[in-house]
Amino acid sequence: MAAIAVRRSVLPGFGLTMGLTLTWLSVIVLIPLAGLFLKTSELSLDQFWVIVSSRRTLNALKISFGLAFLAALVNLVMGTIVVWALVRYRFPGRRLLDAIVDVPFALPTAVAGVALSALFAEKGWLGAPLAALGLKVAFTPIGIFVAMVFIGIPFVVRTVQPVLIELDPEIEEAATSLGANRWQTVTRVILPSLVPALLTGLALAFARAVGEYGSVIFIAGNLPNVSEIAPLLIVIRLSEFRYADATAIAVVMLVAAFLIIFVVNRLQRWAQTRLPMH
Amino acid sequence: MTIEVKNLVKKYGAFAALDNVSIRVADGELLALLGPSGSGKTTLLRIIAGLDWPDSGEVSFDGENALARGAAERQVGFVFQHYALFRHMTVFENVAFGLRVQPRAIRRNEAAIRARVKELLDLVQLDWLANRYPGQLSGGQRQRIALARALAIEPRILLLDEPFGALDAKVRKELRQWLRALHDQIHMTSIFVTHDQEEALEVANRVVVMDKGRIEQMGTPNDVYDNPASAFVHGFIGESIELPVDVANGEVRIGGTQVPLAAEGLANGPSILFIRRHDVQVSPVGSGALQGAVIRVRSFGPVQRAEVMIAHAQLPIEIDAPRDRELRPGDIVGLKPRRYRIFAA
Amino acid sequence: MTIEATMAREHPVPQEARAGTPLPAVRVDYRCEPRAVRIAIIAIAVTFLALFVVLPLIVVFASALSKGMVAYFAALSDPEALSAIRLTLLVAAISVGINLVFGLTAAWAITKFDFRGKTFLISLIDLPFSVSPVISGLIFVLLFGAQGFLGPFLEDHHVQVLFAVPGLALATTFVTFPFVARALIPLMQEQGTQEEEAAISLGASGLQTFFRVTLPNIKWGVLYGVLLCNARAMGEFGAVSVVSGHIRGETNTMPLLVEILYNEYQFVASFAIASLLAMLALITLIAKTVLERHLDEGKLPHDD
Repeated sequence: MAAIAVRRSVLPGFGLTMGLTLTWLSVIVLIPLAGLFLKTSELSLDQFWVIVSSRRTLNALKISFGLAFLAALVNLVMGTIVVWALVRYRFPGRRLLDAIVDVPFALPTAVAGVALSALFAEKGWLGAPLAALGLKVAFTPIGIFVAMVFIGIPFVVRTVQPVLIELDPEIEEAATSLGANRWQTVTRVILPSLVPALLTGLALAFARAVGEYGSVIFIAGNLPNVSEIAPLLIVIRLSEFRYADATAIAVVMLVAAFLIIFVVNRLQRWAQTRLPMH
Repeated sequence: MTIEVKNLVKKYGAFAALDNVSIRVADGELLALLGPSGSGKTTLLRIIAGLDWPDSGEVSFDGENALARGAAERQVGFVFQHYALFRHMTVFENVAFGLRVQPRAIRRNEAAIRARVKELLDLVQLDWLANRYPGQLSGGQRQRIALARALAIEPRILLLDEPFGALDAKVRKELRQWLRALHDQIHMTSIFVTHDQEEALEVANRVVVMDKGRIEQMGTPNDVYDNPASAFVHGFIGESIELPVDVANGEVRIGGTQVPLAAEGLANGPSILFIRRHDVQVSPVGSGALQGAVIRVRSFGPVQRAEVMIAHAQLPIEIDAPRDRELRPGDIVGLKPRRYRIFAA
Repeated sequence: MTIEATMAREHPVPQEARAGTPLPAVRVDYRCEPRAVRIAIIAIAVTFLALFVVLPLIVVFASALSKGMVAYFAALSDPEALSAIRLTLLVAAISVGINLVFGLTAAWAITKFDFRGKTFLISLIDLPFSVSPVISGLIFVLLFGAQGFLGPFLEDHHVQVLFAVPGLALATTFVTFPFVARALIPLMQEQGTQEEEAAISLGASGLQTFFRVTLPNIKWGVLYGVLLCNARAMGEFGAVSVVSGHIRGETNTMPLLVEILYNEYQFVASFAIASLLAMLALITLIAKTVLERHLDEGKLPHDD
């Protein structure tokens, strides 16, 4: 408690609440997380490297990170289109559409998983027509990709939405009065000012998709090296009691997740400089 | 370039933002649209710019129908109250923007664009800020960059919407003089909107006073100050004493008693006497058109501000008198208005 | 300039032309894309969301009801299903309860006092958000599993954490840890400390101040946080899957049962349970919208 500088406050209870908070935080969050790193430290660097660079692990990581990034890119493009329509246009059902954007966020992942799997299975409502076109989605990496797109939909939209709403109309008026046509105004003035928010949304969607488990494992084939995501590999290693392997992979994913958070914080600070100048 | 506005009407539902407004702006003139909020001055400016459209009426530039084109084609330079600079671009790119989005046919090459931007930054004396971002500039600097950006496209007219409204008092005064000097230098037809009458009178060649979508008076600053055409103008411009009086058959009465003030040509009925505070001369009791008792005196600077209760009136008035003859509460004095107007209430 | 005003320009009120006064020849709304572009953008947005969000939702209910209402209710009244529902409710209640108390405590400590490292503390509280669900379960296996740090200790004392309710509750609590705090902290920061200080100066004790002054002010925020926390707690899958051991009838929450039934090709039963969770999600979304409106109202500027 002495490490934290406290200004004398009129309100009581700082010691108690702070103590409880820190205790709780430690017991539920910090100690378990520390346990992970502690377990990993039992491995030597060589052992760690062997686990992480094994063919199956590398492929699982590649699949998780690679497909998550692609899915996040798709969400970047589609999210921009969706948020533009929601903020800029009026049409019947707009409010409903706005609410629909939140569903991937609120829906339990297992429900999403079985639903997507049924939808894109070879006899599914979307899987059948796609199969007729020669495209197999369920039980392939494409299925993983589809699930990751689903899970990331709210992130770009919700991150960009407030920024687009707050956009100063005078900026567009200025561009028009200077002779710019609509396309020039959108591409040179509006979109560039949205870049920090767009990148933040991209990073958040990416982070979410990388760690996603429930929505993905039903539609993925879960074939090692082909359609196996890293979280699944962790579960498998655990069931094999290969704790060390599981923790090594988990550490890699956790470090990546923390890096992404760091980047997101930076992006958000950059976004602050783009706020309206009133 | 001359601007002609004829019978402009713009309504929002029942509310008339512009009610049959007509003005003519001469080439190279610096015109001020002056009025309180809701007077329609900004609406008028935006219609001239092409950022808004009238319900009916004409706008022509040098005789050509301006309404046939949108804002992007009108070649109008617009400066916004909150600058509207592009925050993700450097100052240089901001000023260059209008030149970069021109159609390929008339667009200059890179070297020519660079030269023009430098020329404009020199004009506003901010060439040393070329590589900064708008977020790093002060308010006054931002506004000057906004002006440079508007001038880059060689507009035929310059329109400014409360250009100094977002700045603090000292910067506002400096920029006012700077704008005036700039205009003397480039002689571009310019219209600026303001609610600050001091600004309008100080900067403009001509002032258009507006209220509730109508033009109350058009004229030089002196015209508008010395010969206000209506009660609104008199009250809005400069500080006035307003005293309720009654006009009956060419006579002026306060509280039933006649006072020796001229009232020919005025309609009978309740009216308001307008006098500039400093246009009242204090004289010995018995002389002068009005008589009154001093209630309170405040001195500041070279002036005494005295609250005086006029005989037979309901409320006191405030006059400004020089400090050579000290007034004290309780003094009974005569007041000689050097100049005054009476308008129907 | 609101969207309304922009739209108003699109549909101008027609005025009669006065004799000799030409109407404007061109009405270009500079703030809008051409009509074709607008329609295309809306169409793409609607199609995308319909395919990726609406269809999956419909599939859940269609599949659950594909063999009729009787089969649907039979699936839901199956003993395994009922046990899963009970377990889900129990685990959710525990974790929501714990996180509610924590959230209130942490929010009080953070927002009513000044100290260094506040941002750091908040980002620590946010940590569970950035941890993959599977890893969230893994860390508790590492602590309490047979080979874990506390494994032997627990065995000696015959305490079962993993593969039992405590483990499920712990993992769920971890995953939903930040929700209540995150809902309360910005709200309480905006409300400031003035009212509490006034109460103290009038002689109230800390607890009295909290219950009589603070709590009424934050009630919508508390509801909001509890709502989100509960939704996530009931729906959590990855973390719970790792710590549960999948013991039928004992340690299967609803999401876990959905998985088991689906893998056994018992589609109607699986989707029946899934439909309950989907309805929970939809109700949560509706309640969330309502609460957000209350929260926005509470954030009106004060006159100080």
